[in-house]
Amino acid sequence: MANSLTVEQTCLMFNYISKKIIENKPLLTEVDGAIGDGDHGIGMSVGFTAASKRLNETELSSINDIFKTTGMAMINSMGGASGVIFGTMFLGGVKKAPLIEQLNLESLTRICESALKEVKLRGKAEIGDKTMVDALEPAVEALKESVSQSLCLIDGLKSAEKSAKEGVEKTKEQYPKFGRAKTLGERAIGHQDAGATSVWIIFRSMREWVEKNKN
Amino acid sequence: MKKIINNQEQVVEEMLDGFMAAYGDEYRKIDGVNGVVRKNKKEKVGIVIGGGSGHEPLFLGYVGEGLADGVAVGNVFAAPTPNNVHEVTKAVDSGKGVLHIIINYAGDVMNFEMGAELAEMEGLTVKTVSVCDDVVSAPIERSEERRGIAGALYVYKIAGAAAEQGLSLEEVARIAQKASDSIRTVGIALTPGTIPNTGLPTFELADDEMEFGMGIHGEPGVHRTKLLKADELTDKMLTYIFNEMPLENNEEVCVLVNGLGSTTPMELMIVNRRIAQILEERNIRVYNTDIGNFCTTQEMGGMSISLLKLDDELKKYFDVPAYSPFYMRKGK
Repeated sequence: MANSLTVEQTCLMFNYISKKIIENKPLLTEVDGAIGDGDHGIGMSVGFTAASKRLNETELSSINDIFKTTGMAMINSMGGASGVIFGTMFLGGVKKAPLIEQLNLESLTRICESALKEVKLRGKAEIGDKTMVDALEPAVEALKESVSQSLCLIDGLKSAEKSAKEGVEKTKEQYPKFGRAKTLGERAIGHQDAGATSVWIIFRSMREWVEKNKN
Repeated sequence: MKKIINNQEQVVEEMLDGFMAAYGDEYRKIDGVNGVVRKNKKEKVGIVIGGGSGHEPLFLGYVGEGLADGVAVGNVFAAPTPNNVHEVTKAVDSGKGVLHIIINYAGDVMNFEMGAELAEMEGLTVKTVSVCDDVVSAPIERSEERRGIAGALYVYKIAGAAAEQGLSLEEVARIAQKASDSIRTVGIALTPGTIPNTGLPTFELADDEMEFGMGIHGEPGVHRTKLLKADELTDKMLTYIFNEMPLENNEEVCVLVNGLGSTTPMELMIVNRRIAQILEERNIRVYNTDIGNFCTTQEMGGMSISLLKLDDELKKYFDVPAYSPFYMRKGK
């Protein structure tokens, strides 16, 4: 099984993530509609459509280029809070990174760590606030743990996906501190956060792609 | 969904095409982004407003003489992108600095913040004032978390006048902030609007119910009740405002009675009848009243009442003439 992805493979994986987010537009719309304003699915779909298009028409020479292109495309197409936050997640992942030529568990982990830091800086959310951070932070912790145990890429992704999913489940019991769900207060209890759901779908899609393209 | 549109994905672009077809003599659309600016650029502080689409005539309708100089138009109910904000900011800058007036939602704050950072990297000076007039959206201790709604119109009007008169960016920002601090708005919802690009209603409410404080995107309010008669409803709405903006004898206010989309001018005037009675009973003088649809959510039913507490300075800028295809003030 491939333990590291080339720039070309990573780009294909990003296209797959885009496809999966776009496929899940109805789910994200429904989840957001319960406690937000119901546009998260539309926004994410607009963002990943733009990202895919830009990735396919841009000369990409490094992993950094892929994350940067994706982040900028999302920021410049989506608008709303999720445009900045998800754009910052990709862009922030490689903001201060040296040139990355291959995506392996170590480089992915460093990217995700930096992404989490930048997202928290921009959005001011912490774990437990019922936001996408509640899926991203556990996933980053799982990746770090996987690196320390010297796991292979697919096992690291499986662990990150599982932790992100658990994070999504926990958002159901959390009291919202941000966005339009905040005004709901207790009425938001029982509903998962849409942004966290997107983070989980992104990790799940990465795991699926790596699993399907074993060689 | 029953809406007169062509393509759910194209509503914002096609709306702007129609706006430009009508008013293109006075406005310029910026290439590559959904931004619109006045053609008649002056040497003065530039004012940029903006936000998600779907609330027309907010924001697009308040670019004009004595109002804003440019608008960054977002997707439906989504703040405009940083790139859009940046382009509009550059287009209105005449070297005297630019004031961003935003309504207080997480997306607007973050996108305008990034847009301002991009402009500042190119040497422009940008200041930002955030409108948080919706008294019901958070308690007074957390008033910085309150959402911005119809009261934003007054901030555009007053800041636009201050800029038109040649004041510095510092001064325009100070006066805009003062105007913003002097406005209180309370809204009620009767029926949802339909999101044009999903066909879904913005919320659900039983046929005989109304909700106090529901936001313009269907954000839940504070109190759901059976439908009240106009007078009782108006009394309750004004109580929210008086509770935290005590108005003394002979103080002056401007009144904005705003329909959210499908509520009729007849209903709004019936509400204003009661507002005028109450203010008179309290010896509060009404300097000016505007009744109409200023900040909507598609065909949402309901309305908001805003009071702007005036002093001599705010009154001076309120009186400067202003004109856009959707707002007019003759001046005194």
